[in-house]
Amino acid sequence: MDTGTPGELVQLLTPEGERVHHPDYDVDLSDAQYRELYRDLTLVRRIDLEATALQRQGELGLWASLLGQEAAQVGSGRALQADDYAFPTYREHGVAHTRGVDPLKLLALFRGVSNGGWDPQEKNFALYTIVIGNQCLHAVGYAMGIQMDQARAHADHSGAVIAYFGDGASSQGDVNEAFIFAASFNAPVVFFCQNNQWAISEPLEKQTRIPLYRRAAGFGFEGVRVDGNDVLATLAVTSKHLADARAGGGPSMIEAFTYRMGAHTTSDDPTRYRLASDLEAWRLKDPIERVRSFLWRQQLADQSFFDEVDAEAETLAVRLREGCRSMPDPKPDRIFSGVYAEPHQQVEEERAAFADYLASFDAATASTVGAEVRS
Amino acid sequence: MSETVTLARALNLGLRRAMEEDDRVVLMGEDIGKLGGVFRITDALQKDFGEHRVIDSPLAESGILGTAVGLTMRGYRPVVEIQFDGFVYPAFDQIVSQVAKMHARSQGDLLMPMVIRIPYGGGIGAVEHHSESPEAYFAHTAGLRVVSPSNPVDGYWMIQQAIRCDDPVVFFEPKRRYWEKAELDVAATPEPLFAGRVARPGRDVTLVCYGPMVRTCLDAAAAVAGEGVEIEVLDLRTLSPLDIDLVCASVERTGRLVVAHEATTFLGMGAEIAAMVTERCFYSLEAPVLRVGGFHTPYPPSRLEEHYLPDLDRVLDAVDRALGY
Repeated sequence: MDTGTPGELVQLLTPEGERVHHPDYDVDLSDAQYRELYRDLTLVRRIDLEATALQRQGELGLWASLLGQEAAQVGSGRALQADDYAFPTYREHGVAHTRGVDPLKLLALFRGVSNGGWDPQEKNFALYTIVIGNQCLHAVGYAMGIQMDQARAHADHSGAVIAYFGDGASSQGDVNEAFIFAASFNAPVVFFCQNNQWAISEPLEKQTRIPLYRRAAGFGFEGVRVDGNDVLATLAVTSKHLADARAGGGPSMIEAFTYRMGAHTTSDDPTRYRLASDLEAWRLKDPIERVRSFLWRQQLADQSFFDEVDAEAETLAVRLREGCRSMPDPKPDRIFSGVYAEPHQQVEEERAAFADYLASFDAATASTVGAEVRS
Repeated sequence: MSETVTLARALNLGLRRAMEEDDRVVLMGEDIGKLGGVFRITDALQKDFGEHRVIDSPLAESGILGTAVGLTMRGYRPVVEIQFDGFVYPAFDQIVSQVAKMHARSQGDLLMPMVIRIPYGGGIGAVEHHSESPEAYFAHTAGLRVVSPSNPVDGYWMIQQAIRCDDPVVFFEPKRRYWEKAELDVAATPEPLFAGRVARPGRDVTLVCYGPMVRTCLDAAAAVAGEGVEIEVLDLRTLSPLDIDLVCASVERTGRLVVAHEATTFLGMGAEIAAMVTERCFYSLEAPVLRVGGFHTPYPPSRLEEHYLPDLDRVLDAVDRALGY
């Protein structure tokens, strides 16, 4: 398997926190913006850790951890503008954070309170998609819609689309069809592949024999591989490719090379299929530590800043714990709501019959109570 | 205002009118542009509405449905064409996992107002995968609506009503009836989309059908009318929702029910109708509900399809058996 060369990887911040430069990609951030990225990364990791803990305590049915992928998600998410639209998988908690989605809404999904949880059109952040790769086609269709708006002379309608997927999804027909449609229509979409090297238990070489970003060339658009643990590089690369898409440059693909530090989900046991030494090697490339080192080295932040972020993360954690535990179960009638936009005879009949059935228990209880009183 | 049109022409006129009335209506499919579709249903629409509203898609059915989902999220009302019934399966995942469930998943925040047009059924001497009747798969999926016109007048109105519906509608077009003609009055008031219709009144036995079988069943009813047997033919028009009240009202009058469709009888629409009628008007029945349909086999090579497709004689055989009780 051709795993690619170090020279193919766009990096702006080394694992040691040293700022390096690349001929094609760069960021120009203020001190405050650098600090804000650190804050994002820290909060996102805390959301993830709390959710994992809540699952272990029985408060969530499942959680898909993003541990290790914070930089790929925060960097790409912060590259988005308000009228851009993101189509996530089910692991994009960091992107959700950058779009302003309340993490409690993510917990509602994994708690089993909702199959969605937020209004996609409010934050331009589609619902989590669990069938692997489906969302890439939705993203392309949305991008084609942007083009149609422009063809209808609504030139003020701009924006680009980002489609998230993983290395496993790159084998799916839908992802490859999405590449074809995007290329055929020159749609303004950036395909953002977080290659975390594992599709549950299957390693990358089950999916590909070349670096994934090189596949883009076969579809006729640009591909680039970026250090997925480098928030500056993912921000720089995604910003540039979104700008190109908005300007009519068509689709492109970004492969964010990273590592899934945790299990696939809380139901998974990675000790059965991968080596602890691999994990240790990637721990040295941690996406948050390198930003922390950079901020210290460059004297962009002092201890009070880090304390402040830690305190904010702690406050957020408390809110998530309390909010999750106090989240009410939906009422049974919710099963029937929103299935159709317009009434459907069979659903309405079943809804009424089920309500009568449930009410029969109340009636039975009432008559039993009455009998006791009379006796 | 009235003109004689084929079903194919009526669908074309209906699509044209829907596109004129709402510029958010866009068509997408394989070969629907310059060619006008393999059955010419979209004939001349690309020429008149442009390539950004009548879109020749790459040859990938899941891609067509998946991008249609994204288009609805951007506010469009896509009408997609699947070229033949047997080619819808690559898109089945997008249809049942995404199109059907998105509205519920978003608890009403997202609408999926799309129409999935599928020419279906046999009788045209085609090769494999070109003669199937997969409607039960879709009717079985909550979140989808499934309809099938049987004649040009319904075709003209139902396609427009399906496009206006805020839910996804799978629109099954009886391909062997594309060339049948009827008088169409475009100024008339259409019947509602999600209701069945008494196609021919009768008092002895109820014969339920839809799509391509309506013509067969009307012919069957006409054939025995001279023998003193009055068959009441119901054209369901909509399979999901199912207008079961229409069926029960008829069975309460006739006491006998035969359901006919091209699709496999086993677990087909007829099975559901039989169960519902038994639950709702058991005491009106003078005979068991009988079904006439395709066998539980793959659709056969076309030299055998006349044996596979329920024809007038097989329908009347079932009617005779129902009357024999």
